[in-house]
Amino acid sequence: MASQGSMRLAAFDEMLPEVSGLRKPYSAYDRWLKEQDPARLTEKMQDAERVFRKTGITFAVYGEQEASERLIPFDIVPRIISGNEWRRLTQGIEQRVQALNAFLDDIYHRQEILRAGRVPKELIAKNEAFLPEMIGVRPPAGVYTHIIGVDIVRISENEFYVLEDNARTPSGVSYMLENRETMMQLFPELFQQIKVRPVENYPQLLRQSLAAVRPQSTKGTPTIAVLTPGSFNSAYFEHAFLADQMGVQLVEGQDLRVVDGHVAMRTTEGYKQIDVLYRRVDDSFLDPLTFRLDSALGVPGIMDVYRAGNITIANAPGTGIADDKAIYSYMPEIVEFYTGRKAMLGNIPTWRCSEPDSLKYVLEHIDELVIKEVHGSGGYGMLVGPAATKKECEDFSKKLAAKPSNYIAQPTLALSTCPILTDKGLAPRHVDLRPYVLVSDRIQIVPGGLTRVALKEGSLVVNSSQGGGTKDTWVLDD
Amino acid sequence: MLLGRTANGLYWMNRYIERAENMARLVDAGLRMALTRTQNASEEWNSVLLSAGSDASFTQKYSNYTAANVADYLLRDTSNPSSTMSSIETARNNARMVRTALTRETWESINEAWMSLKRMLAKPIDERDLPNALDAIKRETALIRGSFYGTMLRNEIFDFSQLGTYVERADNTARILDVKYYVLLPSISWVGSTLDNYQWESILRSVSAHRSYRWVYDADYKPSNIADYLILNVRMPRSLTFCYRFLTEHLKFLGDDYGERHACHATAAKTQAMLTAGSIKDIFDAGLHEFLANFIRDNTRLGDEIAQDYRFY
Repeated sequence: MASQGSMRLAAFDEMLPEVSGLRKPYSAYDRWLKEQDPARLTEKMQDAERVFRKTGITFAVYGEQEASERLIPFDIVPRIISGNEWRRLTQGIEQRVQALNAFLDDIYHRQEILRAGRVPKELIAKNEAFLPEMIGVRPPAGVYTHIIGVDIVRISENEFYVLEDNARTPSGVSYMLENRETMMQLFPELFQQIKVRPVENYPQLLRQSLAAVRPQSTKGTPTIAVLTPGSFNSAYFEHAFLADQMGVQLVEGQDLRVVDGHVAMRTTEGYKQIDVLYRRVDDSFLDPLTFRLDSALGVPGIMDVYRAGNITIANAPGTGIADDKAIYSYMPEIVEFYTGRKAMLGNIPTWRCSEPDSLKYVLEHIDELVIKEVHGSGGYGMLVGPAATKKECEDFSKKLAAKPSNYIAQPTLALSTCPILTDKGLAPRHVDLRPYVLVSDRIQIVPGGLTRVALKEGSLVVNSSQGGGTKDTWVLDD
Repeated sequence: MLLGRTANGLYWMNRYIERAENMARLVDAGLRMALTRTQNASEEWNSVLLSAGSDASFTQKYSNYTAANVADYLLRDTSNPSSTMSSIETARNNARMVRTALTRETWESINEAWMSLKRMLAKPIDERDLPNALDAIKRETALIRGSFYGTMLRNEIFDFSQLGTYVERADNTARILDVKYYVLLPSISWVGSTLDNYQWESILRSVSAHRSYRWVYDADYKPSNIADYLILNVRMPRSLTFCYRFLTEHLKFLGDDYGERHACHATAAKTQAMLTAGSIKDIFDAGLHEFLANFIRDNTRLGDEIAQDYRFY
């Protein structure tokens, strides 16, 4: 804790940068803000918390027994992006998502990128996220990753970087929708004064997008279902929310079985065929016959149905090979290889600790770097060097030296900040952005996304499991 | 069309909401007796526990029947799966599971009931606060019922929910009567005994019928009238006949919707026919206890058949 102060990085504030003064996207909001009574804003903040608690928008945190249902803190100051900034971002994202799907298709078929030596073979072959079962399988409509949440950070007016490509089962989209809903309840007048592009149609877009990638053999309107691990899963609220908003069934593994070569759900009127399964369980739990025998979350035999082309699984099994942190460092090469153009959205420079030179550098500069587990997620098992104590750095060095290939390292970037409302008024906090991308026969990006914000002063960890909060994200219609 | 698991969740969600409230009602009746008749308080608490089906597990934990012990066990104790707190928790877990089948109002009322009862029942209830606590429990379940009836579409989701409510309620009323059947036995056994009409009042009170009884019958409590009221009166919302009127109605809706009738339809119809044809004299003649024991068994079977016929598992 004491070391937090030592990493006060000169960050770019998206509302009020020190050098140039109030930025244009925030001008209308700033005018409104100046007319508000601070006491009323504090009241609104409490209203928001009550709304979330009442509707049961909670989030289970692993490893915290008492707080098994916790709210993700919500901040009422919106994060605002201009129409121009958004257009630039979406071009970069589209390019990246095209490349991700092309990469997956290639990896599970001809593997040209490996033959060309642009990505090392061992990285694929030894990777747990690579599923040999998917070799030669072409998913319906040729789409591997249907729903992607690309994490983007900003460090200056014009510099955006991709932090992570969440190509397997990105979560958080329900918070994007509920945050907007809450903001519109709390401040209806703001939405009349400022033209904000809507995000509310995401569930409809998702449904259309899933329907568009149905198996060829589907007759009539496809039956879509959301597969959840169950009501004790940390993201259960979101699974239920999306199923509800799309008007489709929310199923668990125990509801499903393979009947006559199709996946079917047990209903009050017998078994009914499912054509498209939006699954929110991990690959290894999908099919106990193919993957983990002990899985009670999946459907025995679903992989056979899948290989026969009789069901669409979104996202496709084996997609994880594309968003693996070890693969991430090759993304610039991957984008260029498949799109023939330089990546419009850059990567954060990354040291692969599996390479001896990099490992040496990382060990020498551990107190300056952010070090992540290759397969980790949710901000667990990572070290933020500048914020860590000497002892923490030493302990981590030992772990790193013992299994270098398990880690990557990145410079500690001064993520941009946005103001949040605190007891003492507005104060800047670091943010990132996760826009949601839908892929079917086209690519659609909902204008906005989930802005995650580190609530502790100076903290760079925005993950909700580590005390991060969220904000409504506005893309202006200008 | 509904997932079998969803139908199961709806059914049990409603059984447990009903149960949460019934526990409060039973404690309420017991408390009333204990306050007015200090003499037989321990006996009265014993029969409250018997009605709740919790006597055996209670005596493993406690050695004497006091208001504090019984209230604590039936309202707060999470090791008792039927306590109000356990019931509301189970109801909420089921609601969470079937959330996509509920209106926002219904889900929120259940979630809020759970939050407020969890807060209220976190610490032992001071005896002076017990009446307030019981009121609060009944208020929360009334709010759930209100938002449920006010906002839910009358479709299969509604039908499965109602099946849960009425199977639980019928079971509850039958058990209360069965525990007290000796009070209602015809003349010989009670003439000259110490049984007072407060015992009868306690039966009515545990199904919240002590006032409405007087609207229907004479002001005096008569065993045959009380039994008639709770078993055969089709307008009394907790009577067995009332429960079966709605059970058969909702099963008929499901049968019509799905175009298929099952074993549960036959079982419900049989019980319904028996209730409509019977008179209270016939029931007394054949033996009230035997009648109730059969009823409870058939009612349990109906629940099992519903689960099987509609693929709950």
